[in-house]
Amino acid sequence: MSARRIFTRPARFAAIAPYGWMVLFFLVPFAFVLKISLSQTAIAQPPYEPLFDLTAGWQAVRAALAALSLDNFKLLASDSLYVFAYVRSLYVSLTATAILLLIGYPIAYGMARLPKRWQAVAMVLVIVPFWTSFLIRIYAWINILQHDGLLNQILLALHIVSRPVVWLSTDSAMYLGIVYSYLPFIILPLYATLAKMEPALEEAAADLGAPPWQVFWLVTFPLSLPGVGAGALLCFIPIVGEFVIPDLLAGSNSLMIGQTLWLEFFTNKDWPVASAAAIVLLVVLLAPLLLYDRLQRRQLEQGR
Amino acid sequence: MRRIGRLSNFNVVSLALGLAFLYLPIIILVIYSFNASRLVTVWGGWSLRWYHEFFNDRAMIEAAWMSLRVAVCSASIATLLGTLAAVALSRGGRFAGRTLFSGMLYAPLVMPEVITGLSLLLLFVALNAERGFWTVTIAHTTLTMCFVAVVVQSRLGSLDRSLEEAAMDLGCDPVRAFLAVTLPLIAPAIAAGWMLAFTLSLDDLVIASFTTGPGSATLPIRIYSEVRLGVKPEINAICTLVIALIAVVIIVASLASKLSSTQGESAAPL
Repeated sequence: MSARRIFTRPARFAAIAPYGWMVLFFLVPFAFVLKISLSQTAIAQPPYEPLFDLTAGWQAVRAALAALSLDNFKLLASDSLYVFAYVRSLYVSLTATAILLLIGYPIAYGMARLPKRWQAVAMVLVIVPFWTSFLIRIYAWINILQHDGLLNQILLALHIVSRPVVWLSTDSAMYLGIVYSYLPFIILPLYATLAKMEPALEEAAADLGAPPWQVFWLVTFPLSLPGVGAGALLCFIPIVGEFVIPDLLAGSNSLMIGQTLWLEFFTNKDWPVASAAAIVLLVVLLAPLLLYDRLQRRQLEQGR
Repeated sequence: MRRIGRLSNFNVVSLALGLAFLYLPIIILVIYSFNASRLVTVWGGWSLRWYHEFFNDRAMIEAAWMSLRVAVCSASIATLLGTLAAVALSRGGRFAGRTLFSGMLYAPLVMPEVITGLSLLLLFVALNAERGFWTVTIAHTTLTMCFVAVVVQSRLGSLDRSLEEAAMDLGCDPVRAFLAVTLPLIAPAIAAGWMLAFTLSLDDLVIASFTTGPGSATLPIRIYSEVRLGVKPEINAICTLVIALIAVVIIVASLASKLSSTQGESAAPL
């Protein structure tokens, strides 16, 4: 006990450098996003009206505070493009997360049923694609899905279709890309909870006469809910703000919020509106973020 | 007793289909990178033509070099900071600001990259920092140190603390006990954390696009602008090279961690 207490003090000193880093490069930047989201757009470099100039003294600060405006947020709320983009992002992310759970659960379940030695191999096999680049994996699908790509060639050769099908720039292609990219993220937390589960519980249910589907539905599934929650959040939150996948695979007639933010920033050079869009996105995601934070904390800090 | 806990046909089929789904597109991409034909979809025999093309593409080579430098630098700083953070979180007990600290470390794992990228850019603009190598490196360090912290923290959590306590009971001061006992035990997790940070940095498009300056594009930025114009066989070759590089890093690191961990208990990335 005493040894443990001695250890904690130097361990706390270890926090200083990473703490300072995260405050400076993660927390403080949000203050700038908030500040710029409240300022006016200007054709300048950088393209917004400077707000604070502390060198000019108190007078300038008061003038700046008076100039703060919610115009950018009003614009977001009144422009149907943005409202649609937020709704679409949430809808796409919910749908994709549901598909991911449906596909990922049987795979994770199969992994957890493997003999111990093979479980490690299966886990490596699931993780390795996650290490290869996101962009490369999406590009691999463009290869397959394009007009004269492999998929159309196979379908034509098998006489399933008589002319090439348009796959790229459709929502189906986007969902395929999202599911493909995020599959390891849903499998790993599911597998972690399923592998930890006591097999005796399922055996007991079966011995007491429950058919396999009841064993699964009444015992296995409820016990795996923490993994379901962690995996679903690990996918849902980043998918809402996803840019690369919808940009490369979906059509351009309806955008997700990550794309509108990107366009606003890089094409229209409207930094204040882009900042306001980011703030709204953050607020939308606050509840799932907090939930995820709690789950992560419980998982990493249990047993204390 | 019923055969619960055994592999059913359903289990085998879903596993096989899942792995095929994960690997087939990548395998197809690699095969087509050796295609002699300019048309990506017509097979014209085996050839190294597109690799040759890549090595003569100065802009691509420069971008690749930039990406490699950023990945090595940011992964190294991130490993140092992430490990420190993991030690503080799992051994530091309760300290002031702990909740904020862990929140700041877990949030970037899921935070949409457009938000992280935009906010860092606005900071760099406010600081009047020249955008290029260092701003991208700082941005990547911020993102990847969180992954390192999680990987190392989960290893520290599963470690038997009596080993450290025994070392201190035998007269080691805490720092020595950490260096002599804890550090060798968590080394595989630290190696896994570095690899993860390295590949995440090599992979990132969104945050790099926001934080880089004119004239210093990373490889994903170059690839992205090419991909937007359509499929090019040269891109298949570059992607294959990146996949090969990552495969080598994974193999070397897993061999190293096997050698260093005599317990045979390996760290699971993520």
